[in-house]
Amino acid sequence: MSDDVRTAARPDRLTTETSEGAQELTRRVATPTDELGREVGAVLRLDGVTLDPRQVDYERRDDETTIINMGPAHPSTHGVLRLMLELDGEFVLRTKVVVGYLHTGMEKTAEALSYVQGATNVTRMDYLSPVINELNYSLAVEKLLGIEIPERATWIRMMMSELNRVSSHLVWMATNGMDLGSTSMMIYGLRDRELILAFFEKTAGLRLNLNYVRPGGVAADLPDGWEDDIEVICNTIEERSYEYDQLLTGQPIFRNRLVGVGAITAEEALALSLTGPLLRSTGVPWDLRRTMPYLAYDQVDFDVIVGTYGDNFDRYAIRLNEIRESIRIIRQCLERMPAGDYRSQDPKVTPPPRARIGESMEALIHHFKLFTEGFHVPAGEVYSAVESPRGEIGCYLVSDGGPKPYRLHVRTPSFVNLQAMPLLMRGASMSDAITMISTVDPVLGEVDR
Amino acid sequence: MIVEDGLACDAVFFPTPEQYFDLVAALKSDGFEMCVDVCGVDYLEHAGRALPAGVAPTRFEVVVNLMSLSKKQRVRVRVQAGSEAPRVESLFALYPGAEAPEREAFDMFGILFDQHPDLTRILMPEDWEGHPLRKDYGMGHVPVQFKEAPGPR
Repeated sequence: MSDDVRTAARPDRLTTETSEGAQELTRRVATPTDELGREVGAVLRLDGVTLDPRQVDYERRDDETTIINMGPAHPSTHGVLRLMLELDGEFVLRTKVVVGYLHTGMEKTAEALSYVQGATNVTRMDYLSPVINELNYSLAVEKLLGIEIPERATWIRMMMSELNRVSSHLVWMATNGMDLGSTSMMIYGLRDRELILAFFEKTAGLRLNLNYVRPGGVAADLPDGWEDDIEVICNTIEERSYEYDQLLTGQPIFRNRLVGVGAITAEEALALSLTGPLLRSTGVPWDLRRTMPYLAYDQVDFDVIVGTYGDNFDRYAIRLNEIRESIRIIRQCLERMPAGDYRSQDPKVTPPPRARIGESMEALIHHFKLFTEGFHVPAGEVYSAVESPRGEIGCYLVSDGGPKPYRLHVRTPSFVNLQAMPLLMRGASMSDAITMISTVDPVLGEVDR
Repeated sequence: MIVEDGLACDAVFFPTPEQYFDLVAALKSDGFEMCVDVCGVDYLEHAGRALPAGVAPTRFEVVVNLMSLSKKQRVRVRVQAGSEAPRVESLFALYPGAEAPEREAFDMFGILFDQHPDLTRILMPEDWEGHPLRKDYGMGHVPVQFKEAPGPR
């Protein structure tokens, strides 16, 4: 064992009040080779390809390059992402991602909340796909509890998560358009998302952070007339997705900014643990909805969209087409929505109906116990994962048999996907950096948690 | 030490810290191409957890979830990292994608990863003291004062 591992001793003095010390990009002379390799994006160090000395330019002196800071308040970093870039003229040599500006300790908070309350916590992690966060958490809790979910609840969950995927991709289309100077795309994307948020409000009572999917089922049944709403949403967004195709796909400036920029290979993507559109853009047909089906995804018909070159344009095309595939799934949910309960009737996790509370003392006590103490979950560990719009979102849950999670760890796709930044940035120009951030699509709420 | 597990995982391995790196390397050559997740767990208040016979529980545990895309399987590796000064080998040499999750485990639990290229804090500020997800680290609270609090305007 080597002794060169740094410990977390508090540094005596940081150079400035806002300095992040060793978390930042340091000057070349002060950076160890391993870290330098990491920052230039050398990933394939095993399997015969070792760190190529030509990639790490040892000879370059510090006074030939500039280290600049981008963020955390830069408008196009999609939140509070901070990138430190070493530039040679206009071209990027090294990149380091500095995160944590939005860290609110949600994993620590989760240990103080009961399983009933937990969904309100996790829904705030990835604020663009709250339903999928809740779903992931609920599936993990249900696996430990070993309870079955009624068929209708499963299909409602599936429909809501697909609606959420559409809305998340629409926001991505909007922000990506904005980053490339297409402000009309931004307005269109946010306009269409509004349709879905209005439906969420009608169903769950809230537009964002729904707390709709809960352990045991969903919070409420679909509202009256939901079929018509879904019909309108599907028709409108599908039709408009072709308009956006016309607006952007062939547009020469748009294509020049994306085609061939930021290309990665499948080996690199696998080595960096990338998932979601980033992995699929390299041609790996990996979508958990298809490869490790959960809910009822094995019963619906949809295509997994894959790219060929792994560049920014592929990632754009994948997201645009995934909107259409999600609409295909929503239409099938609409047709095949089964009747029945929208939540499990297991009294362990589900409170008694409101009408019973007024007439039965036991029901009142039951309701009170469930919302004050919560339900106990058998001791054990579980990892469950679902496909979020950004990749695999996983939940590692440890229970000690009590009413609160002993440890809740969420594997968030944005956090892991950000590791691709040095590789994507290497050799790209400063203006392309904006498109790289955009096509990785990080949501800083889930990066920092 | 292998245990079959029905909960979204095909097998759980319990190596010692010495066997840990070699076991993960063997799993990688066995087709587990992707390291999905690395996280730490502090078992200070849940020391009596169920472990297979022969595994000595320690306070800190490092949990690694690996995935095979070709076989569509997941395995989990749970290594007992130690109680006082938790320390294991870094998986960075095998899976470059383990870099950020390991930094997070270091930041949150103070688990040291040998051979990690850049083991610094990642989520907490650089001058932070302590490792917040440890069970003996306080939750923190906002003092609420009722008596002397300024009244409504």
